Amino acid sequence: MDLQMRKGFSKPLILTSEHSPTKQNKKTLDTIDNMSPQTPPVMKAQVKNLNFYYGDVQALKNVNLDIAERRVTALIGPSGCGKTTYLRCFNRMHDLYPGNRYEGEIMLFPDNENILSPKVDPIEVRMRISMVFQKPNPFPKSIYENVAYGLRVRGIRKRRELDDKVEQALKGAALWDEVKDRLHNLAFTLSGGQQQRLCIARALATDPEILLFDEPTSALDPIATARIEELIAELKEHVTIIIVTHNMQQAARVSDYTAFMYLGEMVEFGDTDAIFTNPRKQQTEDYITGRYG
Amino acid sequence: MDDATTGGLRLSGKKGGVDVKAVIARQKTWDAMFVVLGLMAMLIALVTLAALIINLAIDGVPRLSWHFFTNFPSRFAEKAGILSAWVGTTLVMLVTAVSAVPMGVAAGIYLEEYAPKNWVTDIIEINIANLAGVPSIVYGLMALGLFVYQLGFGQSILTAGLTLALLILPIVIISTREAVRSIPSTIREASYALGATPWQTVKDHVLPYSLGGILTGMIIALSRAIGETAPLIAIGALTFIAFLPEAPITTEPPFVSFEWLTAPYTVMPIQMFNWTSRPQAEFHFNAAAAGLVLMAMVLVMNGLAIYIRYRFRKRIKW
Repeated sequence: MDLQMRKGFSKPLILTSEHSPTKQNKKTLDTIDNMSPQTPPVMKAQVKNLNFYYGDVQALKNVNLDIAERRVTALIGPSGCGKTTYLRCFNRMHDLYPGNRYEGEIMLFPDNENILSPKVDPIEVRMRISMVFQKPNPFPKSIYENVAYGLRVRGIRKRRELDDKVEQALKGAALWDEVKDRLHNLAFTLSGGQQQRLCIARALATDPEILLFDEPTSALDPIATARIEELIAELKEHVTIIIVTHNMQQAARVSDYTAFMYLGEMVEFGDTDAIFTNPRKQQTEDYITGRYG
Repeated sequence: MDDATTGGLRLSGKKGGVDVKAVIARQKTWDAMFVVLGLMAMLIALVTLAALIINLAIDGVPRLSWHFFTNFPSRFAEKAGILSAWVGTTLVMLVTAVSAVPMGVAAGIYLEEYAPKNWVTDIIEINIANLAGVPSIVYGLMALGLFVYQLGFGQSILTAGLTLALLILPIVIISTREAVRSIPSTIREASYALGATPWQTVKDHVLPYSLGGILTGMIIALSRAIGETAPLIAIGALTFIAFLPEAPITTEPPFVSFEWLTAPYTVMPIQMFNWTSRPQAEFHFNAAAAGLVLMAMVLVMNGLAIYIRYRFRKRIKW
């Protein structure tokens, strides 16, 4: 399958689904102390001096960020601070609309390639970096077809393979038991929380290297939110996660690293514990203690 | 007023020197006045339409019979039928649909999904909206020059179908764009985020989800074309024709024939026009009957459009 989905690539890429650490990506993150019981984190992506413009409006101002492999990185900040804009740079979503412009780099490891480079096809980037949106947005198709769509896009036609991958993805998104008897019902027959887990399954089906979450629980009730948060904790065993959230408690609960953004700038980035218990900047402290936001 | 009648709200009737109840009552007279005005406007429209239809029905219904549908026009009003007219209308509509729909849908999808948003696209957009408002006789004159003389299609079903296709093309394009635009951008983004190309997104999502709207627009456009008379007169539709075009299906291989495309023809509205311009009252009754048939055709098409819209909307919620 890997061969098949990569045949359109302009340049052969190193397989990363096995997470085989090469010399280069063994570099650990500066900001991380290796207190975690897991293996020391490996760099998955690195944002270097990223500026982003919507036409003449600069939405991101020279931001930098290190993304650790198989960890959860949260982006927090008040509305309009650019966190969603930032997240959508990672899968080149901004390329869909005219007048948007990137400057700077997002290096993806272990390929060591800048995914913002005009030479890189945004479709290739999106095949490797999946996204879950703010509002559940299933296609008006069956549950099965929703999950299978990413595979069909990659040219997979074999029924057996599709069935297996769909089942795996739905299990991965903790939805299998609820839907296994009605895979061919319309996705709209599911509840909001189930729809969002379906969207997670859809994003997981294609084995992404990075999973982007854009405020995935903002349209959900507390119970559905708790389930998604549990799911994120499970998913980080296999996949690198970047999550944008409006909810600081959520960032504290699910993430390993937190970046606080304000007016398009990165104010502070570090260990989630450190950010929430001992922020270095006054602005961060004001925000997390609820003085504005 | 005691508390019981105000539902426990202790309305004093006065608030800061303003008589609240009087203000509300005054504002409500505007509501009442608008209801009366709106009702009157609606009644004028409906009563006029009803009078027309009843008038048509009184004249036409006695003429409706099997005989009326299966006979060619004749010099004798009681023998005359609409066979050549309804066959002509059907075949012309077929050509119109087959040529206008693929072109219009393709153009609409291109403009919505692919075209760069710049001043050229803006100009195209404005022009399409304007084209929808061009008088149909202008299309007739243009088609006379282009199809009849320049391309040598003659006074044929093909010419008529293509002329009407041009006439409704802007409507098909506009309704396709409306249908495509009603798909939320989150659905498009979901598709692109999975690594789909624009074409995969169009074929797997945009087209299937907007099909209801596209089909509805197509039928509405065709029901406009079915009643068109002026452009067809300009390109030389016959007013009296006593034979049918060749059948599209033959008994000998290759079993399909396109001879009918080059055949002369007449259509329902022209048949009606011809009958109403005769002095004898009997022919006017024929025209009324043909008018009823034409109206029924349009009604069936619109009913189909509503049904399709309902069927497709049931499956899709956003």
